[in-house]
Amino acid sequence: MGNHSDGSPNHSGTVATAGQNDVEKFQDPGLPPHRLRLADTDPRAAKRAERQVAILFGISVIGTVIFLVSYFAIDLGQDSTIATIRTQNLLLGLGTAFAMLGIGTGIVHWAKALMPDHEVSEERHAIRAEEDRQAAVRIVEDIVEETGIKRRPLIRNTLLGAVALAPLPALAVFGDLGPRPDDKLAHTMWAPQDGKLKRLTRDPDGTPIKASDVTIGSAFHVIPEGLNELQEGKLNAKAKAVVLLMRLNPDDLTISKGRETWSYNGIVAYSKICTHVGCPVALYEQQTHHLLCPCHQSTFDLTKECKVIFGPASRPLPQLPIAVDAEGYLVATSDFKEPVGPSYWERDEHERLINS
Amino acid sequence: MSASSTAEVPFVPKTNVGRITNFVDERVGGSGILREFGRKVFPDHWSFMFGEVALYSFVILLMSGTFLTFFFDPSMAETHYTGSYTPLSNVEMSVAYNSSLNISFDIRGGLFFRQVHHWAALLFVASLGVHMLRVFFTGAFRKPREMNWVVGGVLLILAMAEGFTGYSLPDDLLSGNGLRIIDGVIKSIPVIGTYISFFLFGGEFPGTAIIGRLYVLHILLVPAMILLMIVIHLFMVVVHKHTQYPGPGRNDGNVVGYPLGPVYAAKAGGFFFIVFGVVALMAAMFTINPIWNYGPYDPSPVSAGTQPDWYIGFVDGALRLMPGVVNDFHFEYIIFGHVLTLNVLLPALVPAGIIFTVLFTYPWIERWITKDDREHHVLDRPRNAPTRTAIGVAGFTWYCVMWAAAGSDLIATHFHVALNDVTYWLRTLFFIGPIIAFMVTKRVALALQRKDREIALHGRETGRIVRLPHGEFIEVHAPLDDYKQYKLVGFESPSPLSAEPNEHGVVTRKEKRRAALSKWFFEDRVAPATPAELEAAHGHGHHEAIEAGEEQKSLSH
Repeated sequence: MGNHSDGSPNHSGTVATAGQNDVEKFQDPGLPPHRLRLADTDPRAAKRAERQVAILFGISVIGTVIFLVSYFAIDLGQDSTIATIRTQNLLLGLGTAFAMLGIGTGIVHWAKALMPDHEVSEERHAIRAEEDRQAAVRIVEDIVEETGIKRRPLIRNTLLGAVALAPLPALAVFGDLGPRPDDKLAHTMWAPQDGKLKRLTRDPDGTPIKASDVTIGSAFHVIPEGLNELQEGKLNAKAKAVVLLMRLNPDDLTISKGRETWSYNGIVAYSKICTHVGCPVALYEQQTHHLLCPCHQSTFDLTKECKVIFGPASRPLPQLPIAVDAEGYLVATSDFKEPVGPSYWERDEHERLINS
Repeated sequence: MSASSTAEVPFVPKTNVGRITNFVDERVGGSGILREFGRKVFPDHWSFMFGEVALYSFVILLMSGTFLTFFFDPSMAETHYTGSYTPLSNVEMSVAYNSSLNISFDIRGGLFFRQVHHWAALLFVASLGVHMLRVFFTGAFRKPREMNWVVGGVLLILAMAEGFTGYSLPDDLLSGNGLRIIDGVIKSIPVIGTYISFFLFGGEFPGTAIIGRLYVLHILLVPAMILLMIVIHLFMVVVHKHTQYPGPGRNDGNVVGYPLGPVYAAKAGGFFFIVFGVVALMAAMFTINPIWNYGPYDPSPVSAGTQPDWYIGFVDGALRLMPGVVNDFHFEYIIFGHVLTLNVLLPALVPAGIIFTVLFTYPWIERWITKDDREHHVLDRPRNAPTRTAIGVAGFTWYCVMWAAAGSDLIATHFHVALNDVTYWLRTLFFIGPIIAFMVTKRVALALQRKDREIALHGRETGRIVRLPHGEFIEVHAPLDDYKQYKLVGFESPSPLSAEPNEHGVVTRKEKRRAALSKWFFEDRVAPATPAELEAAHGHGHHEAIEAGEEQKSLSH
């Protein structure tokens, strides 16, 4: 155990050893003298501190009672409201806080005011002894020697080979955590089924949209017809198929070659899944015709076929080719002509596959 | 046992405590452990408490998390909500989200435990971060503690992983969009990205497997690894003994502080209850993650102003700062028929990669530059290691710029400025912010060192103005006592170490580079005051000394 300093620098035993004879440096004066606290000299102060600690512990008891009372007295029945839950949460929390803080501050106050506060100096010991190190090196050498691994390279090399290959089954098993991607990301629900074109329907209720309902300046969140009726994989299908439908003045739209038939009367449909990392591009600025992704602020210009004008996305949003069917409802004339959503390694391959 | 020990009178404990101690000792040999640890000395300083906060938050996380596992169901099967929160009545949702809502509204104390768990998680990562900053700025990572610094870095990464896996579990709109972003980032990885995404999600995003998988990682694998790392961390703290701040009576050969029992144990143990109390207070009064406001996950809607938990912010911010298109240059391009999407890949991997690489290797970098192979147990005051402090602040600034970028939309709406301008400014700061921070910090550190010298040589200002017989007014300076004086002068100020030839008499190129770095590290230095200088300063008389002070400083360049 270290020296218990009596406060006198001369006896602290902690005089600096480094640079002791160096006149260019100040000498370490050793530990400062110990200062007595009020409670060390005045019994009344000590008694007062004792009472304060007891009061703090008492507050903790009150906190525990508050917790128990609010736990049992407040009933979360069927007629409870959010306000009831909030009140109970507040009281449970305050009860716990008082219970814990009472104990915590009480103990710390006890330690600071009443327990001996002499600073103690203890010598550090070297982490290792030279003797131990030599013995350890010898042991390791003996162990290696006794295995004979250096003398028998055949054993060593076959062992290395076996150990190197052993994790392969783990990799194989990891490969079965999910199906292989194949071309799943290349297709969405918009592809016509049995020659029947998919109607554009409202998200989330799935009612079809008449072209005449889409006024200039309006925007619709759109899902493909039949999505809500899917028994399985509904969210997977929705995560690729959601679309934003907007109508602009046809003069405002710049339409590139090959896309002349993709819009109808200024009504355009674009994938809602951001080409950056896949958040829904949910904000439509009607005045500027910009689409903004709220996650990372990629901004797309609707008048220029959703070209990126700001933010981290690098590709335009894919456009869904639309037309109007015999009853006046909007339909998709085909699937997207490119994979939707964030980019991936095989994306270009898939785009060529779609267009071939 | 030898005959001599049986001949001795057997030890008979006199008190009850003594009897229990003896009982344990006779069976497990506890006296050796108690002798080693019972009065082990721990240095005391308020900045040593951040590590404790982290440890205690972790304990709170284990306790509150265990409660939550009793009621949480990680299934992604579809169900219809029938609980007591009427706005979501009959809404289609996953079982996971349903059980999260039930914990919040239908299980007594459930909401409180959820809030305690979330606040404690935020506090856990925050205190880890602040603790690491403290360790960095005081040089506590130096030999022999480099490996413990690495363990701390691993803990930080594990804490972030633990936080993110937990954040995703409730399967509400916010966490679902978080997973969507992770999926997008994973898909940007060349060659294997799509496969990893499909394996992780068990098929296409979002699938029906991810919550269950993250749940196992969150409650089993990652916490077990954290626990293991904490054990290693604390074991090494015991082996090394704690560092101490410089001061009179403290040196690399001793530990000055309070003995573990009773003072230090009482303070540290009491502090656990204080941390728990503060977390409980936050959970009582401040709502965190009100999942019922967001609704179940649906790939179509998203709420504006979405934010990840703070510790993921710097990655999200980096994603926001990266432009996808500059003029007509697209950061996504096609090589050999495959897509390389650098606008996602670079910001997701590079800043975090740089931060953690530098963090993990810094102790060795500094050791190589300074050729300092001694053991250090006395900490540096940050001002006394100006270049290291400047490097730390530069890195921290870089982190903060990215972190702020994660809230670029909120900055724009709260301060009524254009979102695009906020992004442009932060992009600029991303590059020049750390450089400015480096220069300013180094100047501030050097200035503080000069102030220390000034006080050490000329004493402190007393505020007492005296009029001299010839009419001049001076302020009286009072000399410091030996202890305060030593605190200001008792530090090392290394000077640059020029290139030295190796054993073949050759100065290698690597050694030249090291010397150049050493010069960069140490050329701006303020030497500690020496007794001779103090003597000279006293000879001048106080008022002259104040004016002469500037010239006396041996600021060597």
